[in-house]
Amino acid sequence: MAANSESGGGQPGGDAAKWYELFSRGARDWLRHDEKVRESVRQHLPQIVAGGELINGGSRTVRVPVRMLEHYHFRLRRPEEQQGAGQGKAKPGDVFADPSRQRGPGEKGPGGHEEGEVQLLLEFKVDDIVDWLWEEMQLPNLKARVGPSEESDWVREGWDRRGARSRLDRRRSFKELVKRRGAPGATPTFTDEDLRYRQLARRRQPAIHAVVFFLLDVSGSMSDRDRKLAKTFFFWVVQGLRREYRSLETVFVAHTTEAWEFTEAEFFQVSGTGGTVSSTGFAKVREIIEDRYNPGRCNIYLFYASDGDNSVSDSADAREGLSAIAEDACFTGYVEVSSGLSRQLATETGRLFGELAGAGCAAGSYALNDFDDVWGAVRHFFSAESRAEEGGLP
Amino acid sequence: MTDDTWQSYTRRIEELAARSGLVFHPVDFEAVPDTFMMEIAVYGLPVRMPHWSFGVRYIYQLIQRHMGHSRLFEVVFPGNPGHAYLASSNGLAENVLVTAHVLGHADFSRNNLLFQRCQAPVSEHIVEHAANHARQIQQAIETHGVQRVEAVLDAALALEQHIDVDQSLRRARYPEYLEEKRTPDEDEFRKRFAQLEPTAASSGVEPKKRAPVPPHPERDLLWFVAQYAPEMESWERDIFLAVREESFYFYPVFATQIMNEGWASYWHARLLREADFVPQQAYLDAIKCHSDVVRPVAADQQVALSINPYHLGFAMWEKIVEKEGLEAARSIMIQDDDFAFVRNHLTRELAEELDLFRYSARSDGQIKVLEQDLTALHEAILSPKYNFGAPTVSAKHVRNDGTLELVHDYKLDGRGLDLERSRKVLDYLQRVWRRPVQLTTTNQAGLALELTAP
Repeated sequence: MAANSESGGGQPGGDAAKWYELFSRGARDWLRHDEKVRESVRQHLPQIVAGGELINGGSRTVRVPVRMLEHYHFRLRRPEEQQGAGQGKAKPGDVFADPSRQRGPGEKGPGGHEEGEVQLLLEFKVDDIVDWLWEEMQLPNLKARVGPSEESDWVREGWDRRGARSRLDRRRSFKELVKRRGAPGATPTFTDEDLRYRQLARRRQPAIHAVVFFLLDVSGSMSDRDRKLAKTFFFWVVQGLRREYRSLETVFVAHTTEAWEFTEAEFFQVSGTGGTVSSTGFAKVREIIEDRYNPGRCNIYLFYASDGDNSVSDSADAREGLSAIAEDACFTGYVEVSSGLSRQLATETGRLFGELAGAGCAAGSYALNDFDDVWGAVRHFFSAESRAEEGGLP
Repeated sequence: MTDDTWQSYTRRIEELAARSGLVFHPVDFEAVPDTFMMEIAVYGLPVRMPHWSFGVRYIYQLIQRHMGHSRLFEVVFPGNPGHAYLASSNGLAENVLVTAHVLGHADFSRNNLLFQRCQAPVSEHIVEHAANHARQIQQAIETHGVQRVEAVLDAALALEQHIDVDQSLRRARYPEYLEEKRTPDEDEFRKRFAQLEPTAASSGVEPKKRAPVPPHPERDLLWFVAQYAPEMESWERDIFLAVREESFYFYPVFATQIMNEGWASYWHARLLREADFVPQQAYLDAIKCHSDVVRPVAADQQVALSINPYHLGFAMWEKIVEKEGLEAARSIMIQDDDFAFVRNHLTRELAEELDLFRYSARSDGQIKVLEQDLTALHEAILSPKYNFGAPTVSAKHVRNDGTLELVHDYKLDGRGLDLERSRKVLDYLQRVWRRPVQLTTTNQAGLALELTAP
């Protein structure tokens, strides 16, 4: 027998390079595991999305925390008390705590104590998620109501043998050279015949603009949890609308007894005190529309989140403000976030939107009591909206 | 390290080992990068079938390695020739030690009866067989797609511990018919009885009776499914049998770990003492490495809640050789597995010398050291090894509609199964059995409980 003389460790080249230096089975099987996790995340997406566990990583991705998959075997139930054997200076009757288990009371349920609970953060593109969701939930693709005004743009289209030096496509030219060299008796270097230049063409493109107003009630009665519910809902509404509009603007307005416009970052941090006067919010939205957006050229959406406790004295003003917006808007939606109290829209504001829908406007309402309801809400609004569009407005 | 010195040492250590009475097949040594060592540890074999669960283990290994735990010096596979992989990061001293250690393993796997019995059917070529399985499965993936192959592997690997090593690797199907009752010998009584009423005694030609399947509760689940699943395709059966063959290889490794690692450690220590050709410095380094390997308790701790098999086995062999001589030690090595070894040779005296103790751990993490009791200590050491480390689940009956009835022997195991995991295993199994699968176990209150899939 001969001991293998190769020292294995990285003499590059030659026949010293063994297959295992080029290929990792562990990595291959890990990738397969990763794929399976992604499949299962995809299958449970609505629940995960609703769970509010998503972390915004960068602008166009979200990270989903997942546990590693377990390959199951038959195992005995964990006993109340387990015997083991150890070694060291210990007398009968000594009592101590297991150092490997000092993780405090927050220990997770069954599955995975043994392997030490490794969590993965998988990163997904928001666009992919939205595509999957739309497929999964069979949400209709919305059609724009205002539309398509046109805008033109230069796009690359095709190649030509003549052109400006700056548009020389080197890869393409090289391909031509290779093709030609295949022929018998060809010259091996570039000739003018090989050169290809990119061409530009003028293209007309539909320029559909949309703006979506998020109006949030931040009065004292709205809890942190209510705001988080609203935030999760708003996030997916934006994603849904982005699918349809090349340029989507978002406007964030918060109100108590007054109303202010905020940036997205500030918006969800805002908390106010005092009562609720919805009409101030509607008035602010109206003002912004008149100021910056032309309803004739722009699709306007309004989503309003509140616990519904509008002050009674405001109801006439609120009705008026809301109808003024609804006239120009493609859709107005109301989510009632009232965690714990499931009043199912039997509130001041709930009635207001009910009347609006009853009057034939494109409006909808949904009671959002829990994170599980977020998908119900998204589905409700997007199908309501497309119904409104299909039927046209009476 | 330079290969030349190591190689010359290897030859001389082999000669020394042979002179000391070790009997082994030749071993091919190969130095491999640490990454590959890690993969061998994950897969248990140098080339093995692909499955995502190995990917999970791989990541845990990576994490462990980054945290600085555990370092692998060598992995050796029995066979003729044996294959030993050494980490290319080993120094010369480590490699001297590891070479001697590997020869101890080679001696053990060639002579231990349990190893012999499980090695013989693959004619001592498990490494090559496993590589063949991997290739077959890769081909199956190309033909049938990864989803279908994975479904089969999910089930087969979930049952990998459920074999019966007392049966042969190439086990025949059950006899199809019940054994015919032997007609009793003609005696005086029978003659008279036959005369009394001819019809009653006519032994006649009774139709042969089909034997029930299985004729007795069957623990060899991998084999049973491969043979009797109502609608499995032949390539799927092959996968089950491939997994079973690898389990037959893993069983002796698992069931003799204390003996085997102890034996190899005993011999690397002894050969190193006697190897006068190893320079002083390398010898000192090697001894240092040895004491790290057989250390009972981590350096910064007073007590350990598990027993290092290298340490326990090493201490036991030293004692046995000291008291009973090398000849007796060799015959114990040949005949025993860990169960016999620990029960017969871990004496009260040695247990006290090594400070071994028994403890009970409550589910809230409190640990209490228990009274000394040698028999109970033996069982505390051995209980994770009972039945290949798996609950005792047998196939009991196949109904006319193809439903498979499994039964868990909860009286033997002392408690019922983890229900959530068991359901998942039934789901895996049901996908290849293609008929309902049912399992009886017991719940917390001790009442019989039936799980079914689908």
